[in-house]
Amino acid sequence: MKYILRKILIFLVTLWVAMTINFILPRMMPGNPAEALIARAHGRVSAQALHSLEVAFGVNVHQNIFVQYFEYLGRTLTGNFGISITYYPSTVAYEIETHMPWTLALIGVTTVLAFAFGTILGISTAWKRESIASTISLPVSIFFNSVPYFWLALLFQYLLAFILGWFPISGAFAATGPQGIALIGSILYHAILPASTIFITALGGWVLTMRNNMISVLSEDFVTFAYAGGLPDSVIEYNYAARNAILPNFTGFAMAIGFVVSGALLVEMVFSYPGIGYLLYQSVVNLDYPLMQALFFFITVTVLVANFIADMTYVLVDPRVRT
Amino acid sequence: MNYLKLFFKDKKAAVGSGMLLFFVFIAIFAPYIAPYSPTYMGFTPMEASSWKHLLGTTANGQDVFSQIIWGTRISLVVGLIVGALTTVISVVIGFLAGYFPGVIDEILNLLTNVFLIIPGLPLMIVLAAYMPSRGMWTIIFVITVTGWAWGARVLRPQVMSLKSREFVNASVVVGEGSFHIIFYDILPNTAGLIAANFFGSAIYGVLSEAALEFLGLGNPNAVSWGTMLFWAENSQATFFGQWEWLLIPGLFIALLSTSFALMNFAVDEITNPRLRKR
Repeated sequence: MKYILRKILIFLVTLWVAMTINFILPRMMPGNPAEALIARAHGRVSAQALHSLEVAFGVNVHQNIFVQYFEYLGRTLTGNFGISITYYPSTVAYEIETHMPWTLALIGVTTVLAFAFGTILGISTAWKRESIASTISLPVSIFFNSVPYFWLALLFQYLLAFILGWFPISGAFAATGPQGIALIGSILYHAILPASTIFITALGGWVLTMRNNMISVLSEDFVTFAYAGGLPDSVIEYNYAARNAILPNFTGFAMAIGFVVSGALLVEMVFSYPGIGYLLYQSVVNLDYPLMQALFFFITVTVLVANFIADMTYVLVDPRVRT
Repeated sequence: MNYLKLFFKDKKAAVGSGMLLFFVFIAIFAPYIAPYSPTYMGFTPMEASSWKHLLGTTANGQDVFSQIIWGTRISLVVGLIVGALTTVISVVIGFLAGYFPGVIDEILNLLTNVFLIIPGLPLMIVLAAYMPSRGMWTIIFVITVTGWAWGARVLRPQVMSLKSREFVNASVVVGEGSFHIIFYDILPNTAGLIAANFFGSAIYGVLSEAALEFLGLGNPNAVSWGTMLFWAENSQATFFGQWEWLLIPGLFIALLSTSFALMNFAVDEITNPRLRKR
């Protein structure tokens, strides 16, 4: 119970910190950068929209900073993120809502797959440590774990899409507007390149951590005892060693998931995949602060939820924290 | 000393440090290795590889090979400085939290967990976008602020466990102060973790710098591998057949971070004897 309460506390505090960073940053920087944004927006957006921008960033507002802060918290918690400058007159909330499903599907599926495959590969490379496949997979994993995601995406895009023409260069579905089954096929076809880039670069990290955990566990006394007891190899490999070796992978999930999501966002940018990463890129290029801040907040919330699920699964796999 | 000997005997560490030395050499002797000035724009733009331009030219008529050579400096320096600064912060926070139980530990541990979960790149992007100036130090600052949590998280339990060992108790009984215990008893015993932390942070630094510069959040006029990728992508280099301009900077980023990763792996094997070859 203490473990779960702790995780809930961390969840709430992180949420609060993410919101507060968004509030403080524009107000803390010399010469409030949001002023430049508002100056640019002049004449392009309605007077009402302009005023809401000023309120959001504390420009020309003669209110006490604490009043501003609590009003800001209220707006964020009710999902009011203001208007996007890039996609005016569309609201930030609407843009995120329409782009989010693409990212959740792409990154969600690839992350789960990379975690599953990486863990299995890590188990087998540790189990058959001296085999040729294990000896090769180690430096390969180290290299792919060190490659910039977006660069691999650019290479794949150039080689497989531009030169060979096997896959579409960018986008999430054909511009011709296919319907029904054809649309689903088109969506899957467009997802192959970005998905495999994320999968390949995320895989290495999981392989390496699982391999090292597994090797440590394999030298524990209870494993030796299992051998002595004459248990079959497959039982020792999975039921004894892997079951214990996977635990640190769950606790390390927080760091890894943030890293994978960050990389995946860059992959989306390269392939102009219409998800959150692409939106983030647009907000950076246009210095669209309302959109950028809301995206930061949403990505944090998504990672928090993913992490919370991992933490709760941990309760199921490790009986020690249930007390 | 024994550990240092083990480190240099390790094959992975030898390859890793060899690669790092190679990059250090290039960075120091850049003016002598590069045939042209990296910022000189007088050549024919978008030229393919030739003996005159080993890796061709950019859209602005600069020599790609010379840019790669000079670009080594920024990427290497950012990696090393981020590694060092991040490690210092992780050590301070990890040690304080691990050594002083109670309120200090609770607060620092919560802080660490929060920074561990907040995804690095989006936070870096927001920070960098608000920064009044764009440059190497802004990038170093942004990466360091977002990257220290992992190290602190790893060090804290280690310090807690070391603190309850016999030899530390012996120091307490003899009447040594906290300063002595932290720096003479506990610190040497976490050297392996701290070294691994440094290499891990250096990888994080090199890759994050590349990402931020690729997004245009660095100084676009500085010559570094990340900004080269930014310009190559924005000039549609591959579309014009100038693929070397895109391939080589990314490959060098990958190789530099692989060199840190190899040394990181070697340190892991040395400090955790179980990982060594039987």
